Amino acid sequence: MRAIFWKELSDHFGKKRFNLMLGLVLVGVAWAAFIDKDAVVSGGTGSFYLDLFTTTDGVPLSLLSFLSFFGPIIGITLGFDSINSERTQGTLSRILAQPVYRDAVYNGKFLAGLFTLTIVVFSLGIAAVGVAMARYGLPPSGDETLRLIGFGSVTIAYLAFWLALSMAASIFLRNAVASALVSIGVWISISFFIVFAATAVADRMVPDVQDLADQARHTNVQLWVGRVSPERLFSEATGTLLDPIGGRILNPLGVAPERLQGLLMSPVSAGQSLQLVWPHIVVLLAMIASLIGVSYVRFMREEVRS
Amino acid sequence: MSELLVEAAGLVKAYGDFLAVDGLDLRLSEGEVYGFLGPNGSGKSTTILMMLGLTEPTAGVVSVVGHDPMREPLEVKRQVGYLPESVGFYGDMTGRQNLLYTADLNNMRLGDAKERIDELLGMVDLTEAMNQQVGQYSRGMRQRLGLADVLLKRPRVIILDDPTLGLDPTGIQWLLGIIEELSTRQGISVFLSSHQLHEVQQVCHRVGIMSHGKIVLEGTVAELTEQTASGGFGLVLEVLGGDDGLMATLQALPSVKTCNRVGNEIVVQSGADVRAQATAAVIASGASLLGASSENRTLEEIYLRYFAGQES
Repeated sequence: MRAIFWKELSDHFGKKRFNLMLGLVLVGVAWAAFIDKDAVVSGGTGSFYLDLFTTTDGVPLSLLSFLSFFGPIIGITLGFDSINSERTQGTLSRILAQPVYRDAVYNGKFLAGLFTLTIVVFSLGIAAVGVAMARYGLPPSGDETLRLIGFGSVTIAYLAFWLALSMAASIFLRNAVASALVSIGVWISISFFIVFAATAVADRMVPDVQDLADQARHTNVQLWVGRVSPERLFSEATGTLLDPIGGRILNPLGVAPERLQGLLMSPVSAGQSLQLVWPHIVVLLAMIASLIGVSYVRFMREEVRS
Repeated sequence: MSELLVEAAGLVKAYGDFLAVDGLDLRLSEGEVYGFLGPNGSGKSTTILMMLGLTEPTAGVVSVVGHDPMREPLEVKRQVGYLPESVGFYGDMTGRQNLLYTADLNNMRLGDAKERIDELLGMVDLTEAMNQQVGQYSRGMRQRLGLADVLLKRPRVIILDDPTLGLDPTGIQWLLGIIEELSTRQGISVFLSSHQLHEVQQVCHRVGIMSHGKIVLEGTVAELTEQTASGGFGLVLEVLGGDDGLMATLQALPSVKTCNRVGNEIVVQSGADVRAQATAAVIASGASLLGASSENRTLEEIYLRYFAGQES
């Protein structure tokens, strides 16, 4: 597996696709360099380094939403042709004729992708925070650092979901173009259209909204259906982690209002925020695990013709 | 010619109702070159995939270098080199880099690997092209690189799936020369699959001819030629019905050498004229004898006949 890991890793870094990831890092740096520092400091949660990622500063996108939109592309890019291109090239049967287990091929490729994602996400974070530090003058506090690391880890898990998805597509579909299209189709439907689906389901289940209680139920259904989407899990988890005041992005009507009472007033610790989004992280990891499981079952039993 | 390196018994591979390989028996001894012949789609590649554990046999057992390829794939793959039908390399890597990757997958030490790669690239005459990207290689160069790739791990058995496909006559002669050298000088067993009998028969110690998932003729080229030459008798019986018992009866007739069935046709090869006994045996077994003809054919003709039967 070691050999496959290193080969794949050098492939990821050698390909033109890597420019895409480099571009992402540069966007982060540019963002940190050009946002209006004073507006962020006076307008946000009081934590400059966290607001750096969530503020929109007059632009329609925050760095966070930028990541949640373009992160999947990175994940898909790294995985959509991982297995089927080997098959098309005829290298898969040659590799599998060497003394390596079949799962080592999958594992090596997945881990190389994951490692690349980790490098990209952390370079982006460190570069952005570094540039911001030079402008702001104060280093991030311990609590902020923990939150940023948590944010980075959730981002990696989110991108890993798309990596696992596109790798599964590359196992099930023999054609790289088909696998890219299917991955992007899944991305668009569960990231964008889930909103409509969630509203439709909520309208059906709570057809007659009369008072505040109905409204709360309606919103609740909408929210829970929306959480089928990893994009929603990602934004809720990172939004909470990046906002010590808590629950500003998690809809207060949606999740345990009694838990949020009192928290709204004062900032909570990084540990408490993490506790709040722990279920999100677990579900995200479970989604990744099931995609890997499905891929394994298919790939291990498959006949490999040249 | 002592140790048995490949042994298959009753090997079956079914895809739904279709039997790609139907009760195959095979043996390959050390240092032997076995020609595995048959038209496209006769089950040659499927048999090879089962020998490497790349697909699971539906029934039967196969043992390669003493191991079951499904249960102990690494033991098998450590000692067996496989050149797939259309060998693929990473087009954006050089020939040498591709081989270094294979060496890495085989856990070879870097120094040892480099030495071995240079030696092999010299052997397959790619020393000049070794730092070129494989994407620019011709089909013949790719095939030669494939051979170097197969030999890299110092295998005891090499399995070549239709290696002459797409090679020009010079390339074929060169390849056959290498195969001969590998088996005689280095004692490597070669399992050579091909659909061109005349191309490979000169280097094969033994050949087996596949048709519809079965080996219909097997033996040394000399044996088969003798069997099918004017000295022997060939009898083709067209039979409706009839079971294994009938085949056994026919086989047991005096001077019968081989007796094979494809569809309704039973081909009996014998040293003497057995027409009377054979037709009597068919009728006695309760099967219907639709026709009988006596033929004496060369090996090539027989091979072509199986071919024709396959294409339809």
